[in-house]
Amino acid sequence: MAGLDHGPLHPKEIEDPEIAARNARYGMVLFLIYLAFYSGFVVLNAFFPVQMESTPALGLNLAILYGFALIIAAMVLALLYSWQCRGQLSSNSVRD
Amino acid sequence: MIHERSLLSVVVFAVFVAITLGLSFFFARKSKSAAGYFAAGGQIHWFVNGVAFAGDYLSAASFLGICGMIAFYGYDGFLYSIGFLAGWVVALFVVAEPLKRLGKYTFADALNSQFQSRAITLSAGISTLVVSVFYLIPQMVGAGALIQPLLGFEYWQGVVLVGVIVVLIVATAGMVSTTYVQFIKGALLVLFSGILTVLILNRGLKVDNSEFANSPQTMVTKADGSKLVNGLPYGKKEGQADLRPVGHLSKLPGGKTETGPLGPIEYLSTLQQSEVVLWSKKESTSNGEKTTTWTPTPTSGAKVLRPGNSPTFKGLQSDSLMPRLNFISLMLALFCGTASLPHILIRYYTVKDQASARLSTVVGIGTIGCFYVLTLFMGLGAMTSGSIDLTNDNMSAPLLAKSFGDLLFAVISAIAFTTVLGTVSGLIVAASGAVVHDLLSSVLRWEMNDHEKVRIGKLAAVVVGAIAIGLGILFKGMNAGFLVGWAFSVAASANLPALVMLLFWKRTTKQGISSAIMVGLFSSLAWILVSEDTFQKVYGFSADAAAKAAMVPFSQPGLVTIPLGFLTLILVSLLTQPKRGNA
Repeated sequence: MAGLDHGPLHPKEIEDPEIAARNARYGMVLFLIYLAFYSGFVVLNAFFPVQMESTPALGLNLAILYGFALIIAAMVLALLYSWQCRGQLSSNSVRD
Repeated sequence: MIHERSLLSVVVFAVFVAITLGLSFFFARKSKSAAGYFAAGGQIHWFVNGVAFAGDYLSAASFLGICGMIAFYGYDGFLYSIGFLAGWVVALFVVAEPLKRLGKYTFADALNSQFQSRAITLSAGISTLVVSVFYLIPQMVGAGALIQPLLGFEYWQGVVLVGVIVVLIVATAGMVSTTYVQFIKGALLVLFSGILTVLILNRGLKVDNSEFANSPQTMVTKADGSKLVNGLPYGKKEGQADLRPVGHLSKLPGGKTETGPLGPIEYLSTLQQSEVVLWSKKESTSNGEKTTTWTPTPTSGAKVLRPGNSPTFKGLQSDSLMPRLNFISLMLALFCGTASLPHILIRYYTVKDQASARLSTVVGIGTIGCFYVLTLFMGLGAMTSGSIDLTNDNMSAPLLAKSFGDLLFAVISAIAFTTVLGTVSGLIVAASGAVVHDLLSSVLRWEMNDHEKVRIGKLAAVVVGAIAIGLGILFKGMNAGFLVGWAFSVAASANLPALVMLLFWKRTTKQGISSAIMVGLFSSLAWILVSEDTFQKVYGFSADAAAKAAMVPFSQPGLVTIPLGFLTLILVSLLTQPKRGNA
């Protein structure tokens, strides 16, 4: 691009399109799983707010349980994703 | 409320700020080139970058805004926590790696990697600037709210102080120092939020049924500007009165008056069966005299811990459709917004490769997720701490810390202040990057050498900083979390359609991208400016007048303007297909 004439100090990485495509596929599946989980929360809150007051477990209402579950699910899926994609790190560092 | 400064807090605070500035000057030596200034030379380790993500992201909105909203209204503030975190899923699974693959310094680079179009650079640059400025407002509002109880300054002095220090940081150092400041601050914020939560659980819950704690409070502002509180002149001296700090329970389950230490789940379930005194606020004006009355309203814990208790979300408990759409609109914007924030996106260019970009996002999500779980406890802790300032919900978290002693208060405030400093400097780097790299260099074709670019970048930082100070003073008293919601809406509407379609739709054209950014940006801005929330909270209309004046059916734009961005991109792209593409 015309802007800054010299690039980042680090050389551009050499990438394997197959690995990139594989990671994108994993990412998309996990994204859709989370999207469904999150949409469920939004729809429940918007159209069935009374349900959010029910207390299914631990003496906590559904609003709090579902909310915590969403936060924990994001962390778990993130770990799962990095575990699925772990091959890329080693193959890249070999090429570097 | 009038807040007195304590020597200890001032000293601890000064030490923190001095260390932050010292670090900036130290790292400044390392970043002489443009690559170093704007992208830390791609040399940051992924773990450091990950925690720095948390530092960037956990802004005044999260710590001050969300805790404040929970402290005043209960569960509703937590909805922001959930949405803010969920947005990271989009960033990690969809955007992180392709973006790293495409770009060099800014969001515009990534969009432009196939096209070399000045129109894209221009629109992406403008969008980066607008979103950064929108995001800066709540940070400045938070800064003012912090400085008041800490140093006893006026609100505007706090805003100016932050502005000046940040401009100093950015003008001296750039992305390397910003990254390390964010790293330290992100780590400290989560650590001390954890400590605060342990103290809250250890203190447990307590009932206060004294008449003193349960009587209404009034503040009258006369035409000449003088104030009366509860019938007496406003002040701390004898014969004067100040608003009382509030926040207590009126009933515990089983008729108990005190629980003693509680476990985290026990804390929430006990609160759910208790009764909390919330304060409802009414304002009226007659003969140029403004009267604000706060009335204690005992509210069942079950109601406090369900959505729909705050003015922002109260429509969820009604039968009409529009408030529900408003809620969905906000939750959509929060979900889509994270991956569209320029100051978050530039952090993908500070690491060396895609794997590092991915790993740092994972670290970021872990750190940020832990923090958001804690926000619920800190907010509810503040709600029952007897330390809330009724005039400003943004102060709830620091004042909660004050109820545990001056030292903790000083440390937490200093961290929160560096939080603001860090986020603001990140935003200003992003904004000045957009000005120099996108607007001046690529669009206007200014010939600049590396040294000039950095110098003009710093000049741009000073200008953006000054604008932020002005807006921060203007938006006093609005919840920082709510304000950030706007920034998310604008960012998601302007940037997400372009980013996602570029990655996933081969027929996307340069005209499609630049028009989608402009349409998304200006439609969401226009929507916000004529919405009910803005009429009421910014233009100062009464609730009824605001509802009548509003020109859009609900206040949050995302539900309409994000799809509008996608639609624009698809239509314009189809109309501007290159000839070969049509075959």
